[in-house]
Amino acid sequence: MYDIIIIGAGVIGATIARNLSRYDVKVLVLEKNSDVGDETSCANSAIVHSGYDPHPGTLKAELNMAGNRMFAKECEELDVELKNIGSLTVATNKEEEDMLDKLYVDGMTNGAPIEIISAERLREMEPFVTKKATKAIWAPTAGIVNPFELVVALMENAMDNGVELKLEEKVTGIAKDGDVFKVETEKGAYQAGVVINCAGVNSGVINNYINEKKELIRPRKGEYYVLDHFPAPYVTHTLFSVPSSKGKGVLVSPTTHGNYLIGPSSEFVESEDDKGTDGTTLDNVIKEAYRLVDEIPMQYVIREFSGLRAYHDSGDFVINSPVPGFINMLGIQSPGLASSPAIGEKAIGMVRDVIELREKKDWNPRRRPLYRVNTLPVEERQALIATNPDFGQMVCRCEQVTKGEVIDCIHRNCGARTVKGVKKRVRPGFGKCQGGFCEPLIMKILCDELGKQPVDVNYSNRGSYILKEKTKGEK
Amino acid sequence: MNGTVKYDLVIVGGGSAGLAAAVAAYDSGIRSILVLEKDKYLGGILLQCIHNGFGLHEFKEEMAGPEYAQRFIDQVKERGIECKTNAMVLDITPDRKVHYSSLEDGYVVVEAGAVICSTGCSERTRGAINIPGTRPSGILTAGLAQRYLNIEGYMVGKRVFILGSGDIGLIMARRMTLEGAKVLGVAELMPYSNGLNRNIVQCLHDYNIPLYLHHTVKEIIGKDHIEKVVICPVDDNLKFIEGQDMTFEVDTLLLSVGLLPNNPLLEKIGVRMHPKTKGPVVNEDLETSIPGIFACGNSLHVHDLVDFVSAEGRLAGKNAARFLNGGLGDDTAVIDIAPLNGIGYVLPSLTHLDSIDDTVLKFRVKQPYNNVYINIKVNGQSVKRLKKPYLLPAEMENIPLKGLELQAFAGDKMEMTVEVEES
Amino acid sequence: MKELICIVCPRGCHISVDENMNISGNTCPRGKEYAINEMTHPTRMITSTVVIDGMELKRLPVMTSAPIPKDRIFDVMEEINKARAKAPVKIKDVIIKDVLGLGVDIVATRNIS
Repeated sequence: MYDIIIIGAGVIGATIARNLSRYDVKVLVLEKNSDVGDETSCANSAIVHSGYDPHPGTLKAELNMAGNRMFAKECEELDVELKNIGSLTVATNKEEEDMLDKLYVDGMTNGAPIEIISAERLREMEPFVTKKATKAIWAPTAGIVNPFELVVALMENAMDNGVELKLEEKVTGIAKDGDVFKVETEKGAYQAGVVINCAGVNSGVINNYINEKKELIRPRKGEYYVLDHFPAPYVTHTLFSVPSSKGKGVLVSPTTHGNYLIGPSSEFVESEDDKGTDGTTLDNVIKEAYRLVDEIPMQYVIREFSGLRAYHDSGDFVINSPVPGFINMLGIQSPGLASSPAIGEKAIGMVRDVIELREKKDWNPRRRPLYRVNTLPVEERQALIATNPDFGQMVCRCEQVTKGEVIDCIHRNCGARTVKGVKKRVRPGFGKCQGGFCEPLIMKILCDELGKQPVDVNYSNRGSYILKEKTKGEK
Repeated sequence: MNGTVKYDLVIVGGGSAGLAAAVAAYDSGIRSILVLEKDKYLGGILLQCIHNGFGLHEFKEEMAGPEYAQRFIDQVKERGIECKTNAMVLDITPDRKVHYSSLEDGYVVVEAGAVICSTGCSERTRGAINIPGTRPSGILTAGLAQRYLNIEGYMVGKRVFILGSGDIGLIMARRMTLEGAKVLGVAELMPYSNGLNRNIVQCLHDYNIPLYLHHTVKEIIGKDHIEKVVICPVDDNLKFIEGQDMTFEVDTLLLSVGLLPNNPLLEKIGVRMHPKTKGPVVNEDLETSIPGIFACGNSLHVHDLVDFVSAEGRLAGKNAARFLNGGLGDDTAVIDIAPLNGIGYVLPSLTHLDSIDDTVLKFRVKQPYNNVYINIKVNGQSVKRLKKPYLLPAEMENIPLKGLELQAFAGDKMEMTVEVEES
Repeated sequence: MKELICIVCPRGCHISVDENMNISGNTCPRGKEYAINEMTHPTRMITSTVVIDGMELKRLPVMTSAPIPKDRIFDVMEEINKARAKAPVKIKDVIIKDVLGLGVDIVATRNIS
């Protein structure tokens, strides 16, 4: 019997888990995938939005504004990369300028510290912006975050403080008997007094297991290009198009690791499994991106990906408790990542309405920092290697990752179990070779550290094997 | 070790180019040489190329890759040249400090008199060519599958389709077939193969593996692991021809869609890069735009035969030695070299008037040709014209300029061009 | 009539051979020789790996010491798949002597010790 069960270990589930870990309650997180943060949280624009553009009065406006202010502290405590680079929403014609003016008024109402800047000032700040640009909104509080690291760090810290995580546990039903919820999964059943639905694209399905009022969450797909890091200067701020009814539009933005993201598209899809990309959509993404920049160094494209937004027809986040003890986090699409710390705080308030939350004395808000070997000054690096030669052994050429870091990310709470899990935590496979050089090495480390056979190591979820069988000898 | 050391010559990469460079530098009198290899063994990618066909030019016999590599490893060992394995170079500075990290030595900064970069090439990946569809496992580059198969002893799958007719893909079609897989076909976007003829015959025809020219992958299907691949023919503009899809049930899609020289360390310090080869711009001495830093092998440009990589490595080694022994003396008139009609790229990008005898032009054509001339001109005037019964993009051409008389042009700004002349 | 692509040099001539072994399409005498061989007794070199025991490397690369008849390739592969090598091994060490009585050995192509 648990006090609280959280369904879904994306950024929302992980944030709530971490927030609850400071209280004397027994918390279980159920995640259907083989790793945390493997859905929307790992396939988005990685932006900590400033909060200026949601419609005033919406939950999105309130929670984005609040979340943005909480981000720096959270990332500092958890050792997560966050760069406060600011965003520029760029108009290129009269119509868009009019839109900008309206957005500016909304932004001021929301309380965001934004300003409208001239084309001249814009170009001074961001020389790579299109020559067609006429005006922009400058939002200095916007930032970029490493979303892979964030979800892992939140969950790791939650587990350091006693939260339990069960992976590969897809919820198949929820029933309530008196004050107790019974949450059934493909593997078993778990009981708790409070259930929090953080299932993202699947949060409608989870709601419908227990709530008379059915909810529909429609997956809305966004496709992106990723550019490799390259030495020549390029955009240094997040550049947004002027938003339309379809969403925030296409952006061009650096990532915390010096890559660049271009995207997303925005199309409703039928299935939560539809995470493919297609040429026509990506051609349009590029066409849209040329409204922001005049040059896109396509020779540096190293990957395309897509993610699904959890869209609710209200257009807003829907956070409610339709059944006592059952809390819904529905429609958490953009700016969900930016809002996550505030959503987490809101969730605590809602849990407190149901059960008593007593603070633990020994709660530790800090995660043990990552080694980040390739950022260390030479002397520190040499000192670290002197303590453990694995930090001298390189395994990834593109992102310069050491064996010691890979081993470390396996043996932490919420540690890596898959090749993608290692990639998300310490980056081998994110570079130009996309794992072509390092994958066999990562595979070997996973086998050695977890006592697995190579054929049992998956890229990601169950079924995503990399090696089929031995060529000869004992099978 | 964890500190700072000094060597006359540091060679980054202990594969076929780097080992040949080390031997040549030693034989030119350099004794303080350090070879840094990121892998556990010397030999580079040759160690996983267990097929035969290497060494016809170098040793007048046909060898498997590891055997060919061993010849050079032996030459390096005989000379007592110092090699570090498990040692990855992380930075090369313009003043030739080479930073490396290794299990044995920790983080070391080497002050080098000269540096040779022989860091090989990388395979183009799915992301680089934007293959549509979902992102399951089971889609990998042919070279990665080759490593799993030949070194680690694992099959990546049993029902295989191959995109791209590069030589590694063709070789892998045969290797996977021999080891018990069913290879269902090879699709090539272009109307001609990018691989050598003997590989088409011995790797595909021998095993009745169809080659679909002017076809490419239209869709990947599969949630966790690849389940199906949809192939479709393309028109002359490389757009899909509708209604002619072919669907194959597979557990593996191998990609053999091109190789790119690997030079992030040189790019980082602003070494001038060649827009076509994606390697550095070099002169006839294989020196990059930063003095004392040389490049050779597949990190300079992608070669068709390893024998030519070794030869290029030797040239780099010899010239690095000249640099260390008092300079390259490249002070005569500069001749810029550029490709024209039909030529994809030509190296070197420049030479000097008194080095003409030592200059060898290396280039690739953009498409197959039959019975044409290669015309080399200086300032628009033909100085050498060679009949070629055939030219293929899969093959690298070598034309030595030995004996070319260019004194008549001295004094003018000289530009040499190379072009295909169709009769 | 049989169509062949000559592999003697990279040019890749398309050679035709008719029922009476008349050869056309070659541009050199070596092409003719290749075509005759291909029609009468085609042979191939085979490269593969065998299991090696007790080493960090799990596979030893091997090769036929000479070409074998093309129609025996998969028979020879079966023998290769059954074989086990023991370190130390040097290049050209015989791993299978006179495989299937074809007069050809399976030899190592890498030093492993």
